[in-house]
This record gives sequence, structure tokens and C-alpha cells, in this order.
Amino acid sequence: MPKVTIDGIEIEVPEGTTILNAARMIGGKIVPPAMCYYSKLKTTGGYCRTCLVKVVQGSAKDPRPMPKLMVSCSTTVQDGMVVQNITSPEVMEARRGVVEFLLINHPLDCPICDQAGECKLQDLGYEHGLEKTRYEYKRRTFEMEDIGDKIKLHMNRCILCYRCVKVAEQLTDKRVHGVMNRGDVAEISTYIHNAIDNDFSGNMIDVCPVGALTDKTFRFKSRVWYTKPMDAHRDCKKCCGKVVLWMKDQEVLRVSARMDQNNEAIEWICNECRFEKKKLEDWVVEKPTHIERQSVISQNHYEKLEQLKLGKFTDHKMIDKPEPKLRP
Amino acid sequence: MQALTTRSKVAVNKKMTFVERLYIPAILGGLRITLNHFFKKKVTISYPEEKREFAPVFRGQHVLKRDENGAERCTACGLCAVACPAEAITMVAAERKPGEENLYREEKYASVYEINMLRCIFCGLCEEACPKEAIFLTDRMVDTDYVRNNFIYGKDKLVEPMDKDKRIDVSKRETTETREFKTHPGYAHNKLYTKSLK
Repeated sequence: MPKVTIDGIEIEVPEGTTILNAARMIGGKIVPPAMCYYSKLKTTGGYCRTCLVKVVQGSAKDPRPMPKLMVSCSTTVQDGMVVQNITSPEVMEARRGVVEFLLINHPLDCPICDQAGECKLQDLGYEHGLEKTRYEYKRRTFEMEDIGDKIKLHMNRCILCYRCVKVAEQLTDKRVHGVMNRGDVAEISTYIHNAIDNDFSGNMIDVCPVGALTDKTFRFKSRVWYTKPMDAHRDCKKCCGKVVLWMKDQEVLRVSARMDQNNEAIEWICNECRFEKKKLEDWVVEKPTHIERQSVISQNHYEKLEQLKLGKFTDHKMIDKPEPKLRP
Repeated sequence: MQALTTRSKVAVNKKMTFVERLYIPAILGGLRITLNHFFKKKVTISYPEEKREFAPVFRGQHVLKRDENGAERCTACGLCAVACPAEAITMVAAERKPGEENLYREEKYASVYEINMLRCIFCGLCEEACPKEAIFLTDRMVDTDYVRNNFIYGKDKLVEPMDKDKRIDVSKRETTETREFKTHPGYAHNKLYTKSLK
């Protein structure tokens, strides 16, 4: 098994693993961000260039560095490879440039976008991007297109990561949407105003890293950070039925798939679970979803308090009386 | 221990002299002080008719601004509410319908926007958080009232009037950065990008 060193941390990974996946095995800050690569979907990756890393030593046999920065999502590791991600100023500079390019045509309408707060482009821009834009020309704009009553498409916000196209290819039986045209005018669209109504098409909302594809049943209902995410499940014949409910009081505002630490759906869910089961009685609520402290969604979320409300005392220290202190 | 003030006097229980016991000189001394005050500058003003000048940084009642065409600037992004340390702001968003472009600036607007003036601590963080230059604190005072409910200010009290002459001037509250932001051609995303869609 090849050994690879990423930012000074050595790890042994199976043959054929990409640098990105090796970094994800280590975890933490050294994982390169990825806007287009999605481990649950085949043939994704290689479009967005945010996961660029520097390979300072190609392998143990051939220790020459690779001449250019490599896309970590589609470069496989070799034994003795040495990779730099956040330790290389060159990589950080290149990534800043990539973020600036991604934001060139992005409308930056975060105040009205439903994805704000859980948007990966927002995180990326915050982390690497400049505060100001240098672009002075008109941004690329598209006519608003209606692609059905469940999914809202905002083409202006799209960064063309192709994830939703892969969802349509690999999850749904009949693909009705894809990328039309080329270059600057390339857009996600359905062929002659087809509505998207496949059973698993709703997953394109979860895979979309930006707010280009959002839930129409949740449109403008609430900002994400005012909702409380709860893990819940139900018996579903079509899918696993394990979801996250985004609730406000007792109201279910939105249903989405559960995400892992890389913000990828753990299991796909069907459209019935996602769009139609909007009552609390339909679901068995398990526990509050864990949200990272850094996220704005964790604002005013008290996981332990929610667990107490559900009557699940997982943390016994909370309800037990504090032990009496012994006086010396 | 150090004394708290230099003006303190140690009380002495000595017997008063004859002049002091007469009492009249002491009263006259008191009257002189009172009389002196007649000729000093008054420290009070008769409030509703006369108003004090506020400092330029004074933060009073909020206003929800309209843009130059009279459309509401607020898009109910919720950043003011999340920034509010007193949790005084609540809002409900709604989608703009076709034909309402002159009322609301962008495709989302606040159908309900409420500030609880009893909770508000007038810190100005909402103003700082606002990405749309919609909310500003003005030099107006919040009116008094007898009922608690009346302190929950809705859009009827917060949004400035459509009439151009009755608009509330907030130019004092705008920072040099915001003014620069408005003039710079590079910051086109501050303008209405959807215009080109129509």
C-alpha cells in the first residue's frame, strides 16, 4: 500500500486512492475544499479547480516534483509522494485566484438566497476570497427558467460543477436535464421546458454546492440559521428514509439528506420524503443534528437542551445533581 | 484609607456661638444662594417645544429605508436579527409578485418586520450587519406609551414614507466606506442585477 505525506502527515492508503481522499482520511484542516468532486457520484471532479495541491515529490522512485499544481480529486497517490496543501503559499495563492474566478459571474445575492449559511461558495469566499471584486463588467445573466414545482433553478448562481447532472445520470431512470450550450453561455437546463419529476431528482438540491438549485417548498420560508435541524427517519419503500428535518417550533420547513463531515449526502432520499412529508407525525425524530460550532446554523442551537426536550437523556451528568463538594 | 471625596467635613459637636444661634444670618446666606441661581443659565429646556441638539452618533428609533425609486430596500435576509444581541428583531419573508417591482427592490422582501423597542438596546449592530443599507438608526426618539404591545414596531412605523419630501435623512449615519461603495463601478452587485433579466 502506498504511503503518502500530506502537509507533513504520513498515511498509508489503498492503491488508486486520490490525494483528496487520502487527505480526507487524515481529516482536519488539511483537507482541500472541493466544489465539484462528490465521492458518492461517479466521474465527478476536475471542473472547479479549488482542490489544487502542490506535489513536491512525485514518488519514492521518481522524487522530482510535479511541474504544476495538481487537482487532488483526480490525481492518484504513489508510494512516497509528498503533497503540500495549506503549508504551501503557492497553493493558497492559486486557490484565492480560483475563488475569484468562481465569483466573477456569481450574483452575490446571498441576502435573498436560501442557500446562504450552508453555501460552500460562501465558506470558500470567506476563507480565501478577497473582500472586494476587481471585475467591472456586466455579470453573466440568464432568463429565469421554471423546471417544475419542486425545484427552483437560479442559473445565475451556478458555478457549473456538474454534480446535479451526474445525479440525473446516475440516480434517476430518465434524465431530463443537463448542460446546454458551451463556454460562457453554458447553463443547466431541461430540454424544452421539461419539468423534473424523477423520484430521486430532489437530491440535486443537496449536491448543489451553491444556491443554484434550491427547494421550492422551502423557498423564502426561513433563513437556515433560524431553523433547527433534527435527525429523523420513517419507513419508506423507495429510499432509506433517514433524513434531517429543518424545523421551526413544531413545523417541518424542509427535509434534506443527512450529510457527512465532507458535506456529502450519506444516503440518497426520495422526493416523497423530501417534498411531501412535511408533518411532524410522518417522522420519528431521533436527535438534534450536530452542527459545527463555526457554522452560523449553530447560532442559538442547544443540542443538549433539544435532547432533554425529546426525553432522551444521553448525557446523564446534565440531569444528575452535582456531586456535593467535600470540604478540606 | 483614602477619602472618597475632598469635600467631606468632619462633624464637630461644638456649641454654637450667639450669632449662629440668632439663625437669621444663616437664612440670609441660604436666600443668597437661591437668588444667585436666578441669574445663572437654566439647565432645563421645555422639551416638546424645544429640542436638544443630538450628537451625530446618536442612535434612536430605526428606519427602514426605501431606494431612490421608492422600493423597500430590505430583503429579509435576517442578518440584523442574527446580529441583534437583544433578539429584538423578527421578520417573515415573502416573494415579490410580478407588478410589485416598484414596491420591493428584490425578489424577496419582508412581509412582516418587527422590532421590539422594549428589548432593543440601540446598539446599532443591525445597521452594521445590513448588507442592503436598509436599516438605519435615526435621531428620533421612541415615543412613550402605556401599553407594552405598542412598543412592538411593525413595518407601518418603521418603513419611511414613500413621499420624497418626507423621507428620513440618514446621511449622517452613512460611513465613508458605504459612500464609496455606492459610487464604485466595480461594486455592481450592489445594484439591482435582476434588472437585466426583465
